[in-house]
Formats: sequence, structure tokens, C-alpha cells
Amino acid sequence: MSDISALSTEPSFLDEVIDATSGGDRLRSCLQCGTCGGSCPNGSDMDHTPRALFALIAAGEREEVLSADAPWFCVSCYACTVRCPRKIPITDLMYTLKRIAAREHFAKKQDAVALAENFNRFILRYGRSFEFGIASRFYLTRKLGSIFSLGPLGIRMMRHGRLSLTPSKIENLAQLHAILDKARELGGES
Amino acid sequence: MTFAYYPGCSLEASSEAYDISARAVCERLGIELQEIPDWNCCGATEASALGYLSGHALVARNLALVDKSLKDVVAPCASCFLNLKKTDKLMKEDRKIGGKLAEALEAGGLAYEPGSLRIRHLLEVVHRDIGHDRIQQAVVRPLTGLRIAPYYGCQVVRPVGDSGDADDPEQPQAMDELFSWLGATVVDYPVKAHCCGGHMTQISTEMSNELLRRLLYTADEHQADIIVCACPMCQLNLDAYQGKVNNAFNTAFDVPILFFSQLLGLALGIEADALGFGKEIIDSKDVLAAKLDQEETAETPSAPRRTRRVSRSLPMPKKD
Repeated sequence: MSDISALSTEPSFLDEVIDATSGGDRLRSCLQCGTCGGSCPNGSDMDHTPRALFALIAAGEREEVLSADAPWFCVSCYACTVRCPRKIPITDLMYTLKRIAAREHFAKKQDAVALAENFNRFILRYGRSFEFGIASRFYLTRKLGSIFSLGPLGIRMMRHGRLSLTPSKIENLAQLHAILDKARELGGES
Repeated sequence: MTFAYYPGCSLEASSEAYDISARAVCERLGIELQEIPDWNCCGATEASALGYLSGHALVARNLALVDKSLKDVVAPCASCFLNLKKTDKLMKEDRKIGGKLAEALEAGGLAYEPGSLRIRHLLEVVHRDIGHDRIQQAVVRPLTGLRIAPYYGCQVVRPVGDSGDADDPEQPQAMDELFSWLGATVVDYPVKAHCCGGHMTQISTEMSNELLRRLLYTADEHQADIIVCACPMCQLNLDAYQGKVNNAFNTAFDVPILFFSQLLGLALGIEADALGFGKEIIDSKDVLAAKLDQEETAETPSAPRRTRRVSRSLPMPKKD
């Protein structure tokens, strides 16, 4: 059977990506048909479509793949995943690429990384998301230039009772931290 | 009929109208909701972007906190729904990961038997479990005369790969059927399962504006009075960023965006105040009053008049 890894000169990166993704083994059966990129709402704005990324992964172009903006433009709509004729868990593979890229600091310039870091910081602190805190911090640290364009929107949100200025906090935060610490330890997450 | 209820973070803040109307509708339909005690955030699309096991562990805690006597957990939020479903499936099908997640839960004194809960979206519960007959019996104020565009978005309908009873991932029908039961005119909405951009409104408005424009343009083309959502992110993006889309493309869209539970509640005779109406940024009261009252007096509904027709030409981004 033909196999995308036949393209590979350095199979280790393909294996690395597959190992880090449940069901990722199906990536080996990629046909390079391009249905994924054609189905992607943000495909036209990506530097490499998922199809191209998969070819680059197979070719061992680790740095090129991890520096790509494509995984960060993936918004988890799963259109590619439901259409892939090989049933490759494409959205999950995008998550894998995000995680490796973030861990190895390939994605410093991506706003999506900052947003995710910000989001997770608030979850750790409160156990729940805090929209106002996340947005404020995100714009202050990453998008200071456009912070004023947020004003009218914020005011409208507040006027319609949709902007809560106080976070909601879970009671058993210690339990959540114990679970997450253990998961990080078992998963080898830094 | 008792369900564990997982409201999720959005429903506590920016999408309170969804929570209020979901609870009101469930009460009216005889669905008892038992909120998961001390639930935490599901991580949306952000937690898994940075940590694999920790992202799933976040979700697993919620599954473990569900009262063990309950069989179903219902989530109105699309992202919460999908995350619960994905983690449950992963724990069940991937022994290695499932074992590690069980160990993580144990560190917090919790346990969850994968596959023991059915993860449901609120739309599916209303459409499938309550169903046509009981809904029609409960309707006291039909939505006759109202043209709605049923917008499902992504995460409510994209299957996690398995269950044969799921709606079609690209041409879902549950909301179409529900609203036809309620007497509304459901417009053909070919972009019903297209993406609203999700968190891209925060990252690149250029990209998200175009996705939102397609949704608004198509609703307008099909003369929809209202776009109805089953996801807090979809509702927020279409509602709060409609003005930005208009600025960017020189359009004049003015389509109210509501949660399906709000309109369902109206049809069931619940007062608008008890359904979170007024929290939408683009006001829906005028449209609702005009359309619904108009049809009460007119015996034969005439073809709806196009009131917000924008332009025949394709909207293009403004050049500075």
C-alpha cells in the first residue's frame, strides 16, 4: 500500500507527530487530495494548507512546519475532519502541531498562542474562564494598538448585561490543581 | 427526565440569555436539570492547544463530578458539548491515555467510568427526546410569519466519529424541524453549518469579518428575519461583530441573532423577560412584534417583504 511516509527522508518527525496524536496513525494514509484545505474556512489565509503541512511533515521539514501559521489559524471547526476520505483526525493533528510549536517557542509571534496562554492562566486561577480578564490582558499585552476599538463594543456588551467584571471561581480549586498537576506529570508537559 | 446540566463559562457571563432560556424551556418541557456541582471550564479550544493530557483532564473532572445516578449530561454550549464528548470517547477508546486520565482524576479523589454517560447537546434533547408530538402540544404561541435562518455552526454537529444517531455534520436538520413544528418559516440556509470564525474575532478581524459576512449575506439573501443559534460563540460573533462587518464591507446588515431556546420559549408561552430577551445587541423586539402580530391578523401569509435588502453586488472590503 502506498504510504505518505514513502516521501519521508527523516521519518522521525512524522512518527513524533503521530505518536502525540490519538488515532494519528491514519496520517500515513494521506492521499494528498487537498479536501482539507479546500474545506477550511481559513485555508486561503494559511501559509500552508493542512495538505501541504502533511507533505512537509512526511518530508521531515520540522522547522518549516512548526513555524507555520496554519495550525494557529485552525479554529476547530472540524470541517476537514468530517470530509477527509481517509478519516485522518486533522483537527487533532493541528492541536498536536500547536503544542509542539508552543513548547519549543516556534510560535512566539502568533496571537493565538498568547490568547491560549492567557485563557489557561485564568482557568488555573479561577477554575473557570473570565472573559473580561482574558480580553483585557490579551489586548494590553498583545494588541495595544487596537485596544481602543474595543471600547464601543465593551460598552455595548455592558449595556446589554453581557460583560461580567467579576470572575466566577470554583470551590475546590485545590482538587482541580491536583488533577492537572498529575496530568502534566504523566503527559510530560512542562 | 433528569439530566446533569453543564452550563459552561459563557453561559455565566456573555451568554446568560442562553442559560436563562435553556432552564426556562426545560422546566416547561418537563426536563429536570441538575447542575454539575462545582463544574470547571472545559478549556474551549484553548487548553488543548497547550497541553494534551491536562486539556483532557480539565474536561474529565466535570464528567467525574456528575451524580453517578444520572445517565445523561446536557450542554447548551457547542464547545463544552464537543469537549465532553471527545474526552469521554478518548478515555474509552485509547486505553493508554484513558488510564493516565483515570490516574490524574484519582489524584483529586475522583473517578469516571468512560462511556457511562451520554453526552447530549440541548438541541438534540429537545428535538429527539421531547420530539414532535410533545413540542406541538406545548406550543401556545406559534411563530407563524417569522422567517428564521437556522444556524448550527460547527461543533454542535460535527460528529466525534461514531454515534449513528448524530445529525448530519454538514446538512443538519434538527433545528429546521424544531422550528417548523413551532410554526416558523425555516429558510433554506446553505451555510447553516459553516464556521463563524470562533476565536478569530480576537486574533484577526480581517479573517473573521469575511466568515461572518458570508453568514449575514446569505441570511439576507434568503430574507431571514432572525438568525437562530445553538452556540454561544456563534451568537456572540454574529451579534457583537455585525457592526464591524458593516464597517468593513460597507453593508447595512441589521439581523437580530437569538438562541434557539429563546424563540422556543416564546412559542411555549414563556414571557420574553424570563427568556433573556434584551441581552442581544441587535434588538429583536421590533422584528418579533412586527412579524408575529402581523400574522395573527392576516389569514393567508403573504410573501415576506424584503426590508433590509443591501445590495446586489458582492460586498467588498472598503479601501482606505
